[in-house]
Amino acid sequence: MMEKFKEWYQKRHEYAQEWKNKTGGKVVGYFCTYVPEEILYAAEVLPVRILGSHEPQDVTEPHIFGMYCPFCRDCLAQGLKGRYDYLDGIMIAQSCLHIRQTFTSWKLHIPIDFSYYLPMPNNVQSKRALPYLTGELRVLKEALEKWTGRAITDEDLNRGIEIMNKSRRLTRELYELRKQPNPVLTGLEAMYAVVASQMVDKNNYNETLQGILEKLPQRPVEKDSKIRLMILGSENDDTKFLQMVESLGAIFVVDDHCTGSRYFWNEVTPNQDPLEAIASRYVERVPCPSKDWPERTRMEHIKKLAQDWEVQGAIVIQQKFCDPHELDIPATIESLKQIGIPAQFLEFDVTVPLGQFKTRVEAFLEMLREEDLY
Amino acid sequence: MGAKYKTEPLKCWDKAKEIRLNYYKNFATAHEKGGLRWAGGAWSFDAIPAGLGDDVYPLTGEPYGAAVAFNKDFALKCHEAVEKAGYARDLCSYMRNYWGSILLNKYVFGGEFPKPDFIWQDHICCSHAKWYQVVRDLEGKDIPMHCIDVSVGPYEELTDNKLDYVVGQMHDGIEWLEAVTGRKYDDEKLIRAVHDHCRSESIWAEVCALNKTVPAPLDEKTMYSLYVHGTLNKSSKIVADFYEELRDEVRDRVKRGIAAVANERCRVMSDTQPPWAFLSVFRYLEKYGCVSVGSLYTFGLIGMWEIKEDGSWGPRKTPQEEGIEIKDRDKALRILASWELNKPEWQHFYFPQLKSEMMIRIAKEWKLDGVLLHYNRGCEGLSLGIAENRLALKEAGFPVMSFEGNMGDEREFDEAQTMTRIDAFMESLDFEKDVS
Repeated sequence: MMEKFKEWYQKRHEYAQEWKNKTGGKVVGYFCTYVPEEILYAAEVLPVRILGSHEPQDVTEPHIFGMYCPFCRDCLAQGLKGRYDYLDGIMIAQSCLHIRQTFTSWKLHIPIDFSYYLPMPNNVQSKRALPYLTGELRVLKEALEKWTGRAITDEDLNRGIEIMNKSRRLTRELYELRKQPNPVLTGLEAMYAVVASQMVDKNNYNETLQGILEKLPQRPVEKDSKIRLMILGSENDDTKFLQMVESLGAIFVVDDHCTGSRYFWNEVTPNQDPLEAIASRYVERVPCPSKDWPERTRMEHIKKLAQDWEVQGAIVIQQKFCDPHELDIPATIESLKQIGIPAQFLEFDVTVPLGQFKTRVEAFLEMLREEDLY
Repeated sequence: MGAKYKTEPLKCWDKAKEIRLNYYKNFATAHEKGGLRWAGGAWSFDAIPAGLGDDVYPLTGEPYGAAVAFNKDFALKCHEAVEKAGYARDLCSYMRNYWGSILLNKYVFGGEFPKPDFIWQDHICCSHAKWYQVVRDLEGKDIPMHCIDVSVGPYEELTDNKLDYVVGQMHDGIEWLEAVTGRKYDDEKLIRAVHDHCRSESIWAEVCALNKTVPAPLDEKTMYSLYVHGTLNKSSKIVADFYEELRDEVRDRVKRGIAAVANERCRVMSDTQPPWAFLSVFRYLEKYGCVSVGSLYTFGLIGMWEIKEDGSWGPRKTPQEEGIEIKDRDKALRILASWELNKPEWQHFYFPQLKSEMMIRIAKEWKLDGVLLHYNRGCEGLSLGIAENRLALKEAGFPVMSFEGNMGDEREFDEAQTMTRIDAFMESLDFEKDVS
């Protein structure tokens, strides 16, 4: 039932190339979920998130110093290996310095027709962020108009908002099903759905997900209940890890990742100025830790997710060298502890040592089950 | 080959030391004099809290972290304390030295670690705002914090919308300062501090420009002890006046042909903060007659530059020199924000090529034979794009030696291997060691 998402995720390049052939439209690869896809949809450009391939590689060493996160290097490797040759443009919205280097090295070394750096404010808790971002979205809109040769009307922007909001609403519905005592979908399936939504035309995604949501509640579930886990931290599309953990009698019921709930949680509330409405959504969304200051607003959100989805334990992951998440990890573990949720911390790389991690996760699950040795 | 040039110590050296030590002492003892303490970064707009009065003393985190790094034993204790508290060991090492001092309750200049009355920070990299968020976790949430996001892109793309964002946060900051300190804000003091800020940074660039001379009147190891004042309190009259005195002395050295390194025959620059516990690397270079004349880091973190009529790089004219009159708060803040966003060691945060172009300019104008790039594991901000800088420098024809290390965590620096690399690099450039 959920296979389509896995197929899209695994055949992301074939999908985008077919989309181009079919529509004659332009495709923009983006590096961070602060990119306002609403405006790209309004311009009839397909936004696709550039993710890595989880393969060891040696092509980024001359371009990005090895102290930056493996994810940013894996993404650049995809470009240097020519896997995204079909892209017409690339775009980033300001977030962490790590992924910024992927964008700049891509721009330097991989021929591309259009590249755009959106200086998304970091101080989203300031009242100055909204007018500033609104102004910057206006500049982005003009740049897209110039590039595509077509005007973007308010009607177009409202259409972009509706496409994105629908996708968010449907994915929230999917996540709601995970609240059930025995959820009808696994964490792995949910991950495939969200990352696929970042790679395909949202219209296709919405239509497919809508169909699935009609049938999914009737899907037979296993009688045995599983340990309910949450997974949170840096970017994470490590499907092998999720599969391994879910083979141990556990199930991921919710997450806080930019490849997961953080991506779609908040909707745009339409108003008379669509650009301001979009800006407002990105300023107020569940923040990446790089923007979560001076107050750590994300902690309350994480605790609420854990409570609402009746989580028993949390796996806190971090891409190696990911400064924004590293800076929040002690506070995150402490916040979970405050509501009685134990956490297991793991550091991820392009590939993870599944054997070692399995031992650690098994021990964590044993602790959660309160199993005694004797 | 022996000494070719005359050399002599800097006359203002003792004064440089005194200003620095007074700065740290003033912060620690501020409350005894009824004053206030604020903590923040070397990039903070320190001219703004200056409007609260003359008894408001800063402690900037990066130079403090470097001071700890220089004391290897204490730095190690700091790192271990921070790791024990659950923080990753690959985070900014200045930040870890600072947090470690809090956890150990030890000020590297003696006594207990002084808690600030408020935090006044800028956000430039992933860590800057979060650094002090954690400080509040460790020292108390009751410490009020204001942080200005300056991440609006490179100076060449600055627009009114971007400037308004930064200046708006500054205005909010002044209202906030009045609220948290209960003091009335004095715009005249702000305007004076903005003038001194620009004066310090322009004169520091003038000092660095004098190093185009052969022989170089200053070597980089010495410059580290001088540029630091700009990272401590660039908007203070004390620092601006000191830089004038230094500039006059360096001019005199140039006139008299006084060299920093008596056997100078090879000129290089470095990049990023050095491994502070191993400044001996620079003395080792001198065995080859090699002087490091500076870097974009020493020139452009504090120095403000512009292209002169002849096309060369020189000190940027201050607003006063340009005849700009600052009459009110808004004008002062706009000038301050715009001036700082033009900082050379900031542009590369947005595109490595911007830094490569400046580095190539330095390599040409300062007549360099090669470049030493410190791949600094301790700072994600200044190591940003360094691999691309290496490629660009090589393509421009400048030999490059890269070495890995960490500005503040000696566990990530291999001294012997670095010396060996220097030997190989010098040999490849056809320079031989002096026979002692």
